[in-house]
Amino acid sequence: MVRLQSEPFEPGALLTSFGAGRLESGGVVSFTGIARADGGGVEALELEAYPGFTDAEIERMAAEAKARFDLHDVLVVHRIGRILPGEPIVFVATAAAHRRAAFEGCDQLMDYLKSRAPFWKKSHETGGARWIDPRAEDYVDAARWTADPEETP
Amino acid sequence: MARVLLFGRLQDIAGWRERGIDSAPATVAALMAQLSAEDEALGEALAQPSVRVAVDRRIVAGDAPVGPGSEVAFMPPMSGG
Repeated sequence: MVRLQSEPFEPGALLTSFGAGRLESGGVVSFTGIARADGGGVEALELEAYPGFTDAEIERMAAEAKARFDLHDVLVVHRIGRILPGEPIVFVATAAAHRRAAFEGCDQLMDYLKSRAPFWKKSHETGGARWIDPRAEDYVDAARWTADPEETP
Repeated sequence: MARVLLFGRLQDIAGWRERGIDSAPATVAALMAQLSAEDEALGEALAQPSVRVAVDRRIVAGDAPVGPGSEVAFMPPMSGG
């Protein structure tokens, strides 16, 4: 399941409900991404999505990861709009029969979200605003999951 | 009327996020040429290889057709999380 929302979320509550009632999922892994203050220079992040496209693309990637790692379930919650330092910006949880699949599924989805999911991120800082591009490492991370080097920009 | 959407830094360069084009050109490449003729800086930004184009929410290449009711989105490098 994929959810884009402008309201803050509580990662602990998401994890609790995601993990509840699982009798066959031996492993549940979650990742929470938090907006950094970068030494106090960042006043807020502004996340833009393309409604109807961004959610569909993430759904497609979640389904791909689910099939690839034989996941029982996937949850992706991503903030859009204005996000303050210290606030969670993204939450990914995966459930699988065994831990390795759950770790890898979560890892792949986060690598996808960092540099390939249709989001645009502006950082409002004391010196002005700037658009944030993925770091070189983010592209390298995402390329780990594909055999096709052409997909790396 | 075709609708054109700009995302990320393209909005700052163009000074708009969304507009309708009455006499939309037949292809993405032709639409880019028209936008470039109106605004050279935007044209340069749209021509970057890192900019992806979607027509009606599907990623396409430059020769993809644009219909009168199409939604054409120009998307610079993406970054979430």
